[in-house]
Amino acid sequence: MNNRAAPRLGEPASLWRMRIVPVATVMVASALPLMLPLVANSPVLPPLGLLFFLCWQLLRTEMWPVWIGLPLGLWDDLFSGQPIGTAVGLWTLASIAIHYSSQRIYWRGFLHDWVIAALLIAIIQSLAALIAHPDAATDRVLGLVVPQIVMSILLVPLFMRLTGKFDNFRLKRR
Amino acid sequence: MVRPVHRRPGQSRKAQYSLFAAYVIAVTGAVAGLMLAILSVVDPVGFAQLRVASQEITAPVARVSRSVIGSISGIDDTVGAYVRAGSQNRRLRSELADTRRELVATSTLQEENRQLKALLKLQETDKTALANGYLLTSTSTSSKRIALLSIGRNLGVAAGQPVRGADGLIGRVLGSGPSVSQVLLLTDVDNIVPVRRARDGLPALAYGRGNGDLDIRTLNIANNPFKPGDILVTSGTGGLYPPNIPVAIVVRRQDDGALARPLADPGKVDAVSVLRPYTPDNIEAQPAPAPPPLAPAGATP
Repeated sequence: MNNRAAPRLGEPASLWRMRIVPVATVMVASALPLMLPLVANSPVLPPLGLLFFLCWQLLRTEMWPVWIGLPLGLWDDLFSGQPIGTAVGLWTLASIAIHYSSQRIYWRGFLHDWVIAALLIAIIQSLAALIAHPDAATDRVLGLVVPQIVMSILLVPLFMRLTGKFDNFRLKRR
Repeated sequence: MVRPVHRRPGQSRKAQYSLFAAYVIAVTGAVAGLMLAILSVVDPVGFAQLRVASQEITAPVARVSRSVIGSISGIDDTVGAYVRAGSQNRRLRSELADTRRELVATSTLQEENRQLKALLKLQETDKTALANGYLLTSTSTSSKRIALLSIGRNLGVAAGQPVRGADGLIGRVLGSGPSVSQVLLLTDVDNIVPVRRARDGLPALAYGRGNGDLDIRTLNIANNPFKPGDILVTSGTGGLYPPNIPVAIVVRRQDDGALARPLADPGKVDAVSVLRPYTPDNIEAQPAPAPPPLAPAGATP
């Protein structure tokens, strides 16, 4: 009662920080490409929002409910240029897939995480491109996103690390 | 690694129901989202306002970052220029000499042209832009090529207006917000521009490839008349784009047409102008308020 503001020993991190940090990282990463002064001629940047979204889910599967892809996907759609609703659907399906895999593969290691993330990135980016250009030739549309998919898959370990850093910050005791 | 928490909520009915409800919400939402996506592909206008509104949020940041670090779009070109400096220098010098010679020839033609036009009393179409701005940023994580223009409804920008840079056509306005607007770039897969060859007026269509290049297809398939170096300009067919804006230069022949590179690279242009859409009303309306007192030919670009 005498000093409530001072942190007590062993007190857990603030609930707000624990909840806001993961959502904020995904939202900022989704909006970031539209804040850079870069006019791109092809999909040159990896889907930053999606990478953080998948890494958080793989690192802390229990942290978010399965429907978290609905709001976060909508936010991403507003900035990615994709038709609105693409990421809403695909991200949610991805999070169902991750929850399912976490029940199947009981002791999931780093390589498992990487493979799951790689598969999901490849499927989501290809489907998103096909949804955005229904009239164009399929092979051409896929050829457009393949370099981006390869780059994103190679960047997964880095993003996993970054997510880990954010996770440490999120849970840091006062 | 810690053993993962077991997902099954045990005997608690409440926990079981809430888990079940989360899955129901997720699946319903995902299906609804995908339907919405298909709907917004069919009717892109309906959702454009929502997207422009959200991009008003990032636009101030983009403005600041652009003014601080300038444009980083041409970074690959800068590196390439250093690597090929020697050979490039030699080539450019010879090109400059050729161009000078051509310029002399053209200036006489221009003078002749002016006199002939004065003789015929032809009205020059009004080439003044509605507004000028610059490209702030663009989508770079998806296969859509949409750039953000620094001006919006405050300067009269509206959907459907063509956008050009000094070198050529950039694209058209997709939607406009209070202070920014979206531009569908020339190279987007869904952007088709009616063009003609500058030399002889051969009509063709330019399709975006999505990776910075254009596919040129002629309307007659029998033979492939394109040669590398052919310049393509807009034909004005079908409205929207005014005629005679430079579009692209042919790089290579292909079995069903040609591969071309846009003359104006949106990553490198500094300022762009928004033009009036080329519709019958505009074409007829323009001569009335603009009878220029025989503007000298040098003044018009």
